Amino acid sequence: MNSKGHLRKIKDRIKIGLTGSAVLLILAILAVILGTVIIGGYKSISWEFLTQPPKEGMTKGGIFPAIFGMVFSLLMMLIAVVPVGVATAVYLHEYARPDFILTKLIRGAVNNLAGVPSIVFGLFGLGFFIQFIGGSLDRSLGQSGLFGQPCILWASLTLALMNLPMIIVATEEALRAVPQAERAGALALGATKWQTIQNVVLPQAIPGILTGVVLVVSRGAGEVAPIMFTGAAYYLPYLPKLPTDQFMTLGYHIFVMTTQSPDIDATMPIAMGATLVLLALTFSLNIIAIIIRSRTRSQLRKGR
Amino acid sequence: MQTGINRLEIKDFNLYYHRTKALEDISMMIPEKKVTAIIGPSGCGKSTLLRSINRMNEMIDGVTVEGQVLLDGEDIYQQDIDVVELRRKVGMVFQRPNPFPKSIFENVAFGVRMGDNVPAKQKLEEVVERSLKEAAIWDEVKDRLHRSAMELSGGQQQRICIARALAVEPEVILMDEPASALDPIATAKIEELIFRLKEKYTIVIVTHNMQQAARVSDFTAFLMLGKLVEFGPTEKMMTNPGSKLTEDYITGRFG
Ligand SMILES: Nc1ncnc2c1ncn2[C@@H]1O[C@H](COP(=O)(O)OP(=O)(O)O)[C@@H](O)[C@H]1O
Ligand SMILES: [Mg+2]
Repeated sequence: MNSKGHLRKIKDRIKIGLTGSAVLLILAILAVILGTVIIGGYKSISWEFLTQPPKEGMTKGGIFPAIFGMVFSLLMMLIAVVPVGVATAVYLHEYARPDFILTKLIRGAVNNLAGVPSIVFGLFGLGFFIQFIGGSLDRSLGQSGLFGQPCILWASLTLALMNLPMIIVATEEALRAVPQAERAGALALGATKWQTIQNVVLPQAIPGILTGVVLVVSRGAGEVAPIMFTGAAYYLPYLPKLPTDQFMTLGYHIFVMTTQSPDIDATMPIAMGATLVLLALTFSLNIIAIIIRSRTRSQLRKGR
Repeated sequence: MQTGINRLEIKDFNLYYHRTKALEDISMMIPEKKVTAIIGPSGCGKSTLLRSINRMNEMIDGVTVEGQVLLDGEDIYQQDIDVVELRRKVGMVFQRPNPFPKSIFENVAFGVRMGDNVPAKQKLEEVVERSLKEAAIWDEVKDRLHRSAMELSGGQQQRICIARALAVEPEVILMDEPASALDPIATAKIEELIFRLKEKYTIVIVTHNMQQAARVSDFTAFLMLGKLVEFGPTEKMMTNPGSKLTEDYITGRFG
């Protein structure tokens, strides 16, 4: 073997070694995080923990209201963000001319929105949704304190706004992956543009959109900043029933239990347990989404 | 002239991609129930001309046209023409097979389903069967109509695409190098099919393969740099071309 070849081989080895150790490092970090949460939290997990409300000044009992509130608010967030995000992406990708000013404006806005820190969304939600929209609603209805106060509705809309760019980007990417030739095929058969989008383009984009939905749900579950001024409650003795109720939610609950507790020894295990539940929830959500995606994929390939 | 043998006519037709002229003063009659081949070197505007006949060029940004394309005596570029209607009369088969990732049945039924009055299930099944038979692929797929069209070979996919176009009962079928992505056996099948389809349909086929043009077509249009150099019966064009350019192209001196 000549020396050049030898050198190349050594370089290769070094590169493989470097990437390999980077992977190991990441895995190790993940293991430490998971380990801490599991070891710290598993003792708290029980049926009661998942189904009971907090008791005795939140030093005992479960986290059910936080799980319930989280699901409630995330569902409302999805109801708001998915239709708007998908519609925007369809407009941008299928209808808008790329050189059109409105298109550029929307794109610029979406990109900027994606870069805004989540605490700013929280403040925006407080100022815009609660004080401006909610306040005006209350005034025009001749009452006070129904819409003009933190609640699930405004928290969900704030989360929706924060996640709008992600849904738009994921959908656009999914639309881009649909071959132009299939659009042409449908149009050449006398399908209208909307029929083409509805029957050929969107069905194939669904797995991609679902990916976006999962990302958005995970992110929505984990973010505390956007909801702490707009609807999340420290503690509620009842479950929320209406979108105008306040709510407890897992992420904020963990934050409260770890930072606002007068008796950290009592609340830390609960916070760890809640963290474990949050992780498990997002984990299983991801797995469910992966299953749906691969199913949709193979069904598409099979043709139904 | 509109009834009988000349239902499709291209008249003083120009097409621009932004400011670049891609077709220049094209005028030709496309005879009914015959196969007309469009030949010429790569980039001469064959596909562009074909797409002008069902207005598929409108998908492309910056296209402008001048002149007329008359179908049954009516200019398809008139303001009040419904492109959806037009494309139901003028079907298209593309260079690469482009079935939808749906079942064979749904592929063939697609155009019918997108129409104004979708027939009942039984009628739809009849349409699908008739179209698949017409496209000479029924026997190969009749037991797997509800499997994906993506599982078929390229040649089969292309015949599904032909069946799909036939299902909406067009008058004209445009084919853009329909066999260029296929192997020789699949190509032969497509050519046989074209030969049979001209009993019922007017066919315009783009090909860069001279032998193919000679085998399948009755008339040939020779295009170069966006201009129509020569148009006439294929046999005459192949044996006794009227222009030096055509002769050079046919004898393989360029292209
Ligand atoms: N979408 C397009 N945008 C701009 N120019 C195009 C486009 N499609 C084709 N052209 C140009 O028009 C000319 C004819 O192209 P085309 O019709 O595809 O030729 P052919 O099918 O004979 O190979 C070529 O010069 C090509 O570069
Ligand atoms: Mg071409």
